[in-house]
Amino acid sequence: MSLLLTKHPMPEQEVTARVENFDEVTLGYTLELAKAEAERCLQCKTAPCRKGCPVEVDIPAFIKKVKAGDLDSAIAKIKEVNSLPAVCGRVCPQEEQCEKYCVLAKKGEAVGIGRLERYAADTARNKGEAITAIECSAAAQKVAIIGSGPAGLTVAGDLAKKGYKVTVFEALHLPGGVLMYGIPEFRLPKDEVVQAEINNLRKLGVEIIVNAVIGSTFTVDELMEKEGFDAVFIGTGAGLPHFMEIPGENLNGVYSANEFLTRCNLMKAYRFPQSATPIHVGKRVAVVGGGNVAMDGARTALRLGAEQVSIVYRRSEKELPARLEEVHHAKEEGIEFQLLTAPTAVLGNVDGWVIGLQCVRMELGEPDASGRRRPVEAPNSEFVLDVDTVIIAIGQGPNPLVQSTTKGLKTNKKGNIIADIDNGATSKPGVFAGGDIVTGAATVILAMGAGKKAAAAIDTYLQGKKECSL
Amino acid sequence: MYKILVKQQLAPSVQLFEVEAPLIAKKAKPGQFVILRVNDHGERIPLTIADFNREKGSVTLIFQEVGASTLELGRLQQGEFLLDLVGPLGKPTHIEKFGTVVCVGGGIGIAPVYPIARGLKEAGNEVISIIGARSEEILIYEEEMAAVSDQLIITTDDGSKGIKALVTQPLKELLDSDKTISLVVAIGPVIMMKFVAETTRPYGVPTVVSLNPIMVDGTGMCGGCRVSVGQENKFACVDGPEFDAHKVDFESLMARQRMYKPHEKQHSEHIAGKREEGCKCHSH
Repeated sequence: MSLLLTKHPMPEQEVTARVENFDEVTLGYTLELAKAEAERCLQCKTAPCRKGCPVEVDIPAFIKKVKAGDLDSAIAKIKEVNSLPAVCGRVCPQEEQCEKYCVLAKKGEAVGIGRLERYAADTARNKGEAITAIECSAAAQKVAIIGSGPAGLTVAGDLAKKGYKVTVFEALHLPGGVLMYGIPEFRLPKDEVVQAEINNLRKLGVEIIVNAVIGSTFTVDELMEKEGFDAVFIGTGAGLPHFMEIPGENLNGVYSANEFLTRCNLMKAYRFPQSATPIHVGKRVAVVGGGNVAMDGARTALRLGAEQVSIVYRRSEKELPARLEEVHHAKEEGIEFQLLTAPTAVLGNVDGWVIGLQCVRMELGEPDASGRRRPVEAPNSEFVLDVDTVIIAIGQGPNPLVQSTTKGLKTNKKGNIIADIDNGATSKPGVFAGGDIVTGAATVILAMGAGKKAAAAIDTYLQGKKECSL
Repeated sequence: MYKILVKQQLAPSVQLFEVEAPLIAKKAKPGQFVILRVNDHGERIPLTIADFNREKGSVTLIFQEVGASTLELGRLQQGEFLLDLVGPLGKPTHIEKFGTVVCVGGGIGIAPVYPIARGLKEAGNEVISIIGARSEEILIYEEEMAAVSDQLIITTDDGSKGIKALVTQPLKELLDSDKTISLVVAIGPVIMMKFVAETTRPYGVPTVVSLNPIMVDGTGMCGGCRVSVGQENKFACVDGPEFDAHKVDFESLMARQRMYKPHEKQHSEHIAGKREEGCKCHSH
């Protein structure tokens, strides 16, 4: 039998249907498709795919189980190291990670590792997997986790499995961080997938306290000195939206992507008025930026009824930071791309509403410090995009609330917490950090990888602390 | 879940809730606010903390039923629960001994002025308070304000109580008098705060206002509450809500507050429709 050089396609909603709803676009493999895709794995002894996975899932081992149709063993294998497989299988940029190193990728398409992980996790969830609570001893040491995004949840899962008493503090009313407020429902279902996966952590014994803003409700020092926590992990992410600082940015109809997506995903504004949170989307929408957040904003605007949605990006298509799959889906759905274009002002009417976005065309000049060619303004190229809504998706910085209220916690110039890349240790003893709050905005799986390392380091630290106190 | 310990009608469509929230009560300071959600489909609503009781572990919230969400909130009874309550949020009022201060509260804004006036009084200031409302029946917190003020001036638009005037009239008289006014704090409708700012500006008296833009998370992650202060963008939820009134762009703030007017109407109609359906069911 010759080697199949392409992935088995995953069924998807038809384009014409899916732009009218918020249901998941990709529908997942069936058992037959999953087994057939699993057949493609060559079961390499060296397993190069594993080095591309930040949490080092034993990929050939779980795929072997899928191939055999033993889904219980497949998910058990994944969950040894990954607490959120249904999420990772959907949102990891596999082409940059595990699948990049797959030997099949040299000749054709890599094995659909992400799709198989997702299939294993979805199957387990749909049949109602049994989760046994982990018993904590009365003397178990306590760990506080600040932020319930991918980094915090990973630390929570790993430490709970080791027998620590883990409490997660979340500022919003639902846990999940960017998985809840950022990534849209049509890429990552909220109730069925995210909350279900988080509930599995609760069943393990992780306590999650929502509506708790650390820095206000409690400070880190209070958690350690008064509330009896032996260690703290900070995973507060990159949630502070950047604005362009151009005229007209406060006009009605201008949103940060964070606000636009939070209203839609967390507050379910797409169900307004059944959900009480409103959202405004006009007929013609410009989304400024070229990352995954920009694609999410654009595709969300389309589903909310916009007639024309454009991505406005200052570099060319080659430099778009978004995943290829997201760009592909966006194009299929009819999103237009205004490339080599930079906004200079938002134009408004007398009532304070957006009526246009003034832009200039750009040309690519010499490579800059990041190695990408720097965009420079083309002379006399000013023009106006006819839009009534503008969504700004040019990046996020760290929220300063925890850092500014914690004694002895060092931050860098950008306000990110300085933490050891290998173990998450900060300048403050007993306090660890990881994910976007350390690295700046990155990916879900990198945050989980950082969480994994920090959990191991916290375990070592707490064992040392226990011995000292004996 | 957060239990409503006390519910009290203060004026037509103005309610007071004392809510069990020990963690918030422990940390709350004058000038801060909370965000609440009534129920599972509810939106996140910011309300200023009107009072707090650390021993009892409660915070007091005062709100006016102005739209669908506040109407839903107002229908909750004593002993029932709010689904979500988070805080204290925002920066506390800067309180120290300034000398003579004037606290101005308009309408529902009198409630959040109260803990600030009390804090300023406790810090040793001479506190002159001006509270105003459309008419006597919707004037709230008169006794409470009197208790923490050296002098209390009341104004109503229709003259049914106190002076028939806007709050800016007695304020201007105070500024023109021999007294040295060190600080003015004003909370109320944006238009009132704007005119207070214009009244004090020629006198160069430092003036602080508490802004109430539209908010979602209230923790600095969305920028929905951004306001222009001294040509610079600030997030009211984390940089405020209090700002130097002489630097605030009130026009832009007022325009932004109108952003969801059509949605608010649609939401109210939806809620009203649902209630009507409910009534029909009962009559069968």
